[in-house]
Amino acid sequence: MDAAIPAADLAVARSLDEPSVIKRRQWPAHSLIYAGLAYIVAIIFLLPYVEMIIAALRPANQILDRDYVPTHWNFYNFIDIWSTGFGNNLRISLEVAGGSTLLVLLVAVPAAYYTARQRFRGRGAFLLLVLVTQMFQPTAMLVGLYREFLSFGMLDSVAALILVNAGFNMAFAVWILNAYVSAIPIELEEAAFIDGSSRLGALFRITLPLALPGIVTALIFTFIAAWNEFIVALTLTTSPTTEPLTVTLNSYIGQYQVDWSHLFAGSVISTIPVIILFALIEGKVVGGLTAGSIK
Amino acid sequence: MSVSIAEDGAVARTRRRPITIAARLAPLIWVGPALALIIVVVLWPVVIMVHTAFQHISPDGFILGSAGWKNFVYLWQEPDLVPILLRTVIWVATIVIGTMSISLVMAQLFNQKFPGRRAARWALIAPWAASVMMTAIVFRWGLNANNGVINIMLHDLGLLKSFNSDASDWLGTPTSAMVWMIIVAIFVSIPFSTYALLAGLQAIPTDVYEAARVDGAGAWRTYVSITLPLLRPAFIVALLINMMNVFNSFPIIWEMTRGGPGHQTSTTTTFMYQLKQSYIGESAAMSVVNFGLVILIVIVYLRATVWNKEAAS
Repeated sequence: MDAAIPAADLAVARSLDEPSVIKRRQWPAHSLIYAGLAYIVAIIFLLPYVEMIIAALRPANQILDRDYVPTHWNFYNFIDIWSTGFGNNLRISLEVAGGSTLLVLLVAVPAAYYTARQRFRGRGAFLLLVLVTQMFQPTAMLVGLYREFLSFGMLDSVAALILVNAGFNMAFAVWILNAYVSAIPIELEEAAFIDGSSRLGALFRITLPLALPGIVTALIFTFIAAWNEFIVALTLTTSPTTEPLTVTLNSYIGQYQVDWSHLFAGSVISTIPVIILFALIEGKVVGGLTAGSIK
Repeated sequence: MSVSIAEDGAVARTRRRPITIAARLAPLIWVGPALALIIVVVLWPVVIMVHTAFQHISPDGFILGSAGWKNFVYLWQEPDLVPILLRTVIWVATIVIGTMSISLVMAQLFNQKFPGRRAARWALIAPWAASVMMTAIVFRWGLNANNGVINIMLHDLGLLKSFNSDASDWLGTPTSAMVWMIIVAIFVSIPFSTYALLAGLQAIPTDVYEAARVDGAGAWRTYVSITLPLLRPAFIVALLINMMNVFNSFPIIWEMTRGGPGHQTSTTTTFMYQLKQSYIGESAAMSVVNFGLVILIVIVYLRATVWNKEAAS
C-alpha cells in the first residue's frame, strides 16, 4: 500500500508541516477510499454511544417503543435523575478520582524522578515490581482487598477506593514519567546545581516543568481509570450513599426491572467529561502504557 | 529535608566508601511512598487472599479455623468448575485472537494519510474512554428481546421474524449470549490494541520502506517481510496486556447475563465473584487458582519486554 505512493507524493507529505500546503493539497484517490473505510469504522465505534444518548432522551412512556428514534425527545431524565441522590454519588466519584490522581502525583513523581536520575541498590528490583503491578488487576485479588479493608474498618470509605485506585494506576504513571525524565538532559539540572540551586530547586524549576506533558497525561489517565472503576467499588461499598457513580448506575438494574431512563441519562452525564479528557491525551497514552515494554 | 540527605549521598560517594545511613536511606525517601502503596494495595491483599483460601469461614463472615485444603477440594467438586475453566479458555482465546487480527487491519488503515484522519481516530477512543460497564449495558439494551435496536435492525433486514421470541432473546440462551459477549469484549478491546499497533507502526523508520521500494517489493511483500517483523514487539505487548484484561474481564459478563442462566456463561472471574457472596473460603481458593494463571501471563510478559536489557542496567 505504502509502496504505491509515488516519490513526488512523499515529498509533499514531508512538507506537511507548513499549514498552507495542507490546505492546497490534492488528496489522491486511494486516500479517499481509506477515508471512507475509516469513517465507516469510526461510525461503528460511535453507534453504541449514540444509542445511549437516544435512549436517555426517550420520554418515559416511549422507552419500550420499537423504533430507532422516539417521536418526542425530552430532557426530563437528565433533570429528574438529580432527585435520586445522583449528585451525592457524582461527588463521591469526583473525590475518588481526584484523590487517586493526587495520591499518584505525590507518590509517582518522586519515584519516577529518582529512578530516572540515580542508580541505587534495589532500583532494578523496584522497577521490576512496578512493571509487574502494571499487569495486575484488582479483579484478581478482590477477596484479599475486601478482607484487608474490612479488617481496617475501611469498607464504605472514599479513602479505601482512593488507595486501591492509586495503587493500581501508579505503575503507569511511574513508567511514563520515568521515560519523560530520562529524556530530559541531565546537563540542564547540573547547570542549575552550578548556579547554586539545590536538588529540589532544580527538580521544581527545571525538570518538572519540562516533564509537564507527561505528568498531565499520567494524571488524566489515572483520573479516568478511577472514574470508570467499577468492580472494586462494587466490592468495597455496601450502601447507596457511599458508592461512586459506576455502582449507582449498576444499581438501576434490578432483578426484575431495569430503570433504563435513569441508567442512560446517568451514563451520558458521566461519560462526557471522560471523553473530553481522553481526547486531550489521545496520542500519548499508548506510548506511556507500553513505555519500558516496547522498544 | 530530603535535600540535604540526598546531597549527603552524592558527597559520600565522591569521598571514600563509608556510606552513611542517611545516604542509604535517600532512595527510600523518594521511592518509599510508592513502595508502601504497592505493598499495602497490591502485595498484602495477595497474602490475605492466599491465607483466606486455607481458612474455614462461615457465610456470614466468622472465621471458624483452618480448613487445610478443603476449600480447594470443594472448589474441585463444583460440577460447574470444568465447564467454567473450559469456557474461560475459549473466552480469552477467541477475544484475543479476534481483537489482535482486527486491530492489525485497523492500525494499517488508520496509519494511512487521508483527510480527517485525526477525527476518525478520535472516534476510536469512545469505547476505551467510556467504562466497559456502560458499553456492556448499552449492548444489553440493544439486544432486548422486545425492543432492542439490534433486533429492530435484524427485523427490518428480514433476518428476524418476531420480537419477544426465542430467536430475539439473544442473552437468554448460553451459546448466543456468549457470542454476543465475545463481540462486545472484542469491541472494547480493539481501541487499545489498534493504538498500540499504530504506535508500533509509527516507530518503523520510513527509509526501510524506501529501500524495499527500490528493491521492487510489492505492497504485500513489504508488509509480510518488513512491517510484521518490525511490529512484533508492539504486537506481543498489546497481546499480553489484552490477555490479562480479558482474563480479568468482569463487567461485560456481569452486566449482560450475570453469568447465567445457572453458571452457563460464567468465567473463572465471575464465578469467583459469585462464590464470594456465600463461600468466601472457596472463592479465595478460586482466586488463588486465577492468580496462578495471572502470574503465568506476567512471567511471559516480563520475558517479552525489554526489561532485562534496559531497566536493569
